[in-house]
Amino acid sequence: MKKTRPDLSIRIGLLRLQNPVLTASGTFGYGQEYAGLLDLNRLGGIIVKGLSLNPRPGNMPPRTVETPCGLLNAIGLQNVGVENFIADKLPFLRNLSVPVIVNILGQDIKEYRKLAERLSNVEGIAALEVNISCPNVKKGGVVFGTDYKAAARVARAVRAATRLPIIIKLSPNVTDVVSIARAVEEAGADSISLINTLTGMAIDVEARRPKLHNVTGGLSGPAIKPIALRMVWQVAGAVNIPVIGCGGIMTAADALEFLIAGASAVQVGTANFVNPKATMEIISGIEEYLVRHNLKDIKSLVGSLIL
Amino acid sequence: MDQSTATVLENRFAAPGVYRLRIEAPALARAARPGQFLMLRVGQTLDPLLRRPFSIHAVHGSMTVDILYRVVGKGTNMLTTLRSGEGLDIVGPLGCGFSWREESPSLLVAGGMGIAPLFFLAQIIAQNGAGDKTSALIGARNKTELLCAEELRTMGLQVEVVTEDGSAGKRGLVTDLITNRVAASRPVIYSCGPYPMLHAVASLAMQYGLSCQVSLESFMACGLGACLGCVAEMRSGDLVRVCKEGPVFDAYEVAWK
Repeated sequence: MKKTRPDLSIRIGLLRLQNPVLTASGTFGYGQEYAGLLDLNRLGGIIVKGLSLNPRPGNMPPRTVETPCGLLNAIGLQNVGVENFIADKLPFLRNLSVPVIVNILGQDIKEYRKLAERLSNVEGIAALEVNISCPNVKKGGVVFGTDYKAAARVARAVRAATRLPIIIKLSPNVTDVVSIARAVEEAGADSISLINTLTGMAIDVEARRPKLHNVTGGLSGPAIKPIALRMVWQVAGAVNIPVIGCGGIMTAADALEFLIAGASAVQVGTANFVNPKATMEIISGIEEYLVRHNLKDIKSLVGSLIL
Repeated sequence: MDQSTATVLENRFAAPGVYRLRIEAPALARAARPGQFLMLRVGQTLDPLLRRPFSIHAVHGSMTVDILYRVVGKGTNMLTTLRSGEGLDIVGPLGCGFSWREESPSLLVAGGMGIAPLFFLAQIIAQNGAGDKTSALIGARNKTELLCAEELRTMGLQVEVVTEDGSAGKRGLVTDLITNRVAASRPVIYSCGPYPMLHAVASLAMQYGLSCQVSLESFMACGLGACLGCVAEMRSGDLVRVCKEGPVFDAYEVAWK
């Protein structure tokens, strides 16, 4: 008898994904960069590079350095700005059949609100991911993400400005991630994604200088996976909204760890640089796992950790 | 641009610390242009994690591609262990290469490993019958580190060599030779090498009002234009991606520092 294929689809609030694998913001450009290498329509969704109200040039180079099992970056949120995104990047993304999630970043709450309002009025955007966790910029970013009151204020302002589902992306650079998660849930977030990068640094010992122009940067890649997994597990157990896990996911096994820990979906970031087809392999690997474990859908896996 | 598995045909010692890797990669061989590069995954390890960018050194027919690499760290060290028949995950060809200006004489200026992409350009020039109006200036630290000079001569180019210790050719820097070369003709300069050398080449080109294309090097995480890590500053003030808008730039557009 032919077995039916497991159902990989999942709901993140009002957002319906055909599978739980999203591309993490800042690691997939505006989608087009990867179009020649993989079938974008197989993805669960695309989260585009963080957008600010006006174009940002980003930080001076060197902006990236490889560390053991990790990548340290201080890009500084270089992006084309919201209007150029709508005019130049969105038409390509609209032609895809997968949800496009736009990551937004403001220098103050007013900018977050303006971005949310502007993006709500254009066709082709499925949700907003609110970045309150970038460690590489002085204004905005992590400033909002490390204080639960400020995080809630941003969430509330964005909630009031749009009917689109909102995902708040949290920073790991805090002592109590759960209190921030609860605060943004209370403020009206539909979902929480975590983690963003961990602040780190690297030094050139011969020159006795930092390897990054910005001195510090955000660490991503397999090196941060255990920390990300721990935070996802803590937060998923503490809030009632879906959690999207992110941090060092390279393979299907990594993604499964996050799902079992309580994430309803995952974001794949640095792995896209190493293996442009990583997301495709992760989707297939999750499906194979479900078949092997005789699970009919992804929902039966989410939060199934046995303690 | 394609992601595929190439087969290693040969991985040979070329000079102390320098190897020539020959791979069978038909799609890459057919599509590659001089100055373009590929991203190579050295192994399945998480450390080193990222792919490594290598310029395309030579293309033979429609099947094989050469990469000339210097061993500088863990990734390139692992690369030396590859043997014939092994598979290698590559993405390429990537980036914007040299625009060969057929109507003008060409002057290739290479410092150290900078010969890697210029050799492919020389191949194209020679195939188009313009080898005799092309000069190549090759600089190295010493005789043992000198690369490709004889092969370029065989291809019909006028080759001049300079070493820092005088063990081959004239003693000095490759830039010392440019002034003599540009006096008679007004060549287009194509250059690759260490940043200070490129800066000097660009300054001379500007001084003589010559067209000049330089291949810049930068740390790249993705090579695809997505990570925005490899930017270089232009005179316009823009920070542009070396992997996408480059690696070859008009020397006049770069904000030299």
